[in-house]
Amino acid sequence: MLSSTAKNLYWMGRYLQRAENMARLLEATQRTALQSSKTEAFDVAEMYGLAEAFEAIHPDGELPQLIDFMTLNAENPSSVFNSVRAARDNARAERNNLTTDVWESLNGLWLEVSAIARRKRGVDHGAFVETVKKQTVMIAGAAQSTLLRDQAWNFLSLGTYLERADNTIRILDVKYHRLQPDGAPEVRDGVDYYGWSEILTCIGALRTYRRVYRARIEPRRVAELMILRRDLPRSIHHCLWQLDLSMRELADLYGSRGEADRQAGALHAELRYGRIDDIFEAGLRDFLEDLRDRLDALSHEIGRQFLLD
Amino acid sequence: MAGIKAFDEMTSAPDGVRAPYRDVAQWLADTPAATLEAKRGEVDLFYRRQGITFGAYGAADGHETTIPFDIIPRVIAHDEWKYLERGLTQRVKALNAFLTDAYGERQICRAGVIPERQLLLNAEFVPLAQDLELPGGVHCHIAGIDIVRVGERDFFVLEDNVRTPSGVSYVLENREVMMRLAPELFATMGVLPVANYTEELLATLRSVSFSDEAEPNVVLLTPGQYNSAYFEHAFLADEMGIELVEGTDLFVDEGRVYMRTPRGPQRVDVIYRRIDDAFLDPLAFRPDSMLGLPGLIGALRSRRVNVVNAIGNGVADDKSTYVYVPDMIRFYLGEEPILQNVPTHRGDRPDDLKYILDNLPELVVKEVHGSGGKGMLVGPTSTKAEIEEFRAHLVAHPYDYIAQPTLALSTCPTFVNQGVAPRHVDLRPFVLSGKDITIVPGGLTRVALKDGSLVVNSSQGGGTKDTWVLGPGGQPASQTQSQS
Repeated sequence: MLSSTAKNLYWMGRYLQRAENMARLLEATQRTALQSSKTEAFDVAEMYGLAEAFEAIHPDGELPQLIDFMTLNAENPSSVFNSVRAARDNARAERNNLTTDVWESLNGLWLEVSAIARRKRGVDHGAFVETVKKQTVMIAGAAQSTLLRDQAWNFLSLGTYLERADNTIRILDVKYHRLQPDGAPEVRDGVDYYGWSEILTCIGALRTYRRVYRARIEPRRVAELMILRRDLPRSIHHCLWQLDLSMRELADLYGSRGEADRQAGALHAELRYGRIDDIFEAGLRDFLEDLRDRLDALSHEIGRQFLLD
Repeated sequence: MAGIKAFDEMTSAPDGVRAPYRDVAQWLADTPAATLEAKRGEVDLFYRRQGITFGAYGAADGHETTIPFDIIPRVIAHDEWKYLERGLTQRVKALNAFLTDAYGERQICRAGVIPERQLLLNAEFVPLAQDLELPGGVHCHIAGIDIVRVGERDFFVLEDNVRTPSGVSYVLENREVMMRLAPELFATMGVLPVANYTEELLATLRSVSFSDEAEPNVVLLTPGQYNSAYFEHAFLADEMGIELVEGTDLFVDEGRVYMRTPRGPQRVDVIYRRIDDAFLDPLAFRPDSMLGLPGLIGALRSRRVNVVNAIGNGVADDKSTYVYVPDMIRFYLGEEPILQNVPTHRGDRPDDLKYILDNLPELVVKEVHGSGGKGMLVGPTSTKAEIEEFRAHLVAHPYDYIAQPTLALSTCPTFVNQGVAPRHVDLRPFVLSGKDITIVPGGLTRVALKDGSLVVNSSQGGGTKDTWVLGPGGQPASQTQSQS
């Protein structure tokens, strides 16, 4: 298999995940925004390092404008529209390495997204977000049930979980600190119920929280669930576990290990044996920032080790 | 078209049906038009879903279209095919001998058969190919020879394509489709298979490696997904189970070519390239090419990688060289040509030029370096204004043109909007040269879908048909009495 194939599949995984995450995030934000202030819009833009770009176009920063900016805007490199297009371009170049099911469901998503984007007026953003959510789940399902578990699969998986881990970190980082500016795990006077449930909704884990803890929402538990809970598919631990698994499979296939393997293993171990109390003691913000830097380093190292650059 | 009466491959016989077409005629008589229409719909859907598309250069926004496929097969009798096969084998042998000589001692020039300037001053001559000693002396590993038919026994070679001929994926896909659409008819007629083409191609490619590795690493080099023939590149690579690479997937180190894989660099022995010479290696040819691989020609010249087809093949299939091919056959093989050329007048010869200018309305005039039916005048179907416009080009650049009589290309029954009607066709068989010469029976039949049109190029609105070469047990053509 060519490195360019590995690269296309890796990026297809990343972009698809980015589109899905964005759709989920917008849905959750929209719901909360009905009950709270308009700083929501800037929060989301900030999460993706786009606060300035957004403010330049929409100084008022109303939520509907943000949603348009993040979904259909062709100038915004992180918009759902552009992520889906990039994922589809990567897939198109690798049609030989994908099954018809995966290609057709991804191409179908692109056709729907581009059709909506062509409509100038009367775009139902809620329906758009819903479509993206539904269809990305279909693509993941098609991949899960039809793709050969070979090296190509592992590169798709690396892209998917790196992006997802990064996304969960961004949500926690921005939203947590808006709700708890000092990052303290305990709440002094009452809980912003909508705020916390929104964070959980972003990663589709509100009901999961209740099932796991059978208790009311507490910031420390929210953080624990999102960071350390291995069995939650969007937690950071889960993502790094899957990432490490794929790295091990590739190492077995190729009969060699490199720096990327070491970094993936170290990150996984840290999340696996980490404790939420220690994380808060050291400071949540520093922990998340450090994690993001190390994920960046890992993605760089993966590129170098497998000649993806 | 008024004035030209064409040979019809199905009906030009005393009793109205030539023997090889008997079953097809019966099938057409038994199948209602509505059923044919439904079958055509199925085909279109199949091609779209498979993504078998063709984007003509310059089409608005590089739009992908499917080439129209005609559901009535073209039939070639076994004895006709055997004759074509002999003629094609002979011709490609001579072309290979010529290319070895052209980039070697040029004995054919010393013998006075071809003037040396025809080679050395030819824009297609590649000095970097001089004295390349290629495995087996093979330069055109894959040749697409365009053949037209004008009568019961009259086949002509219209053009040799020995650079990067395309279209073979349609041969294979058309067969798949046709077997689904008319399984009974197919089974009755004993059609020879074409599906082994990709196996033969891979064997040919492997047989011309410089290295003695048991399994040389072969890759297919494509300009990328925006190339009009990208579908074919991906299809062939997939069928052969080899990597489809772009220039950026490869690199040259210490005179060897490697491909980048996640496992590390992997050596490449043979490159089946579908990129033109000019873009192959920015160090050797066009320095602005982003498609090729810097250092490739150096690796080729130090015999560490073979490039298929060879570089510099343009001197052999150039329209100005075309006229010499029969002489090449006599010179290198000591044989008389089995397949004839179309009589050709050359713009660079004063007598010929006068003849061309005097007879423009009857002639087909072609640009020597043109391809794909552009830069071409079909006299009988052109308006006076078009002819006069072309005349001006011709007078200004006589060296760039050749002219041929307008041939009444044979017709085949074709399912068009008005029903079943005769349409003009040509044939491009694909000839593989490695250790041996292999020709998969058949080839790409292109059909001009417009009534009376003689231009079959897909970029000019042509379609394709499945080509059925009958097995030894099939109806021979020789039993059919010639009408003329």
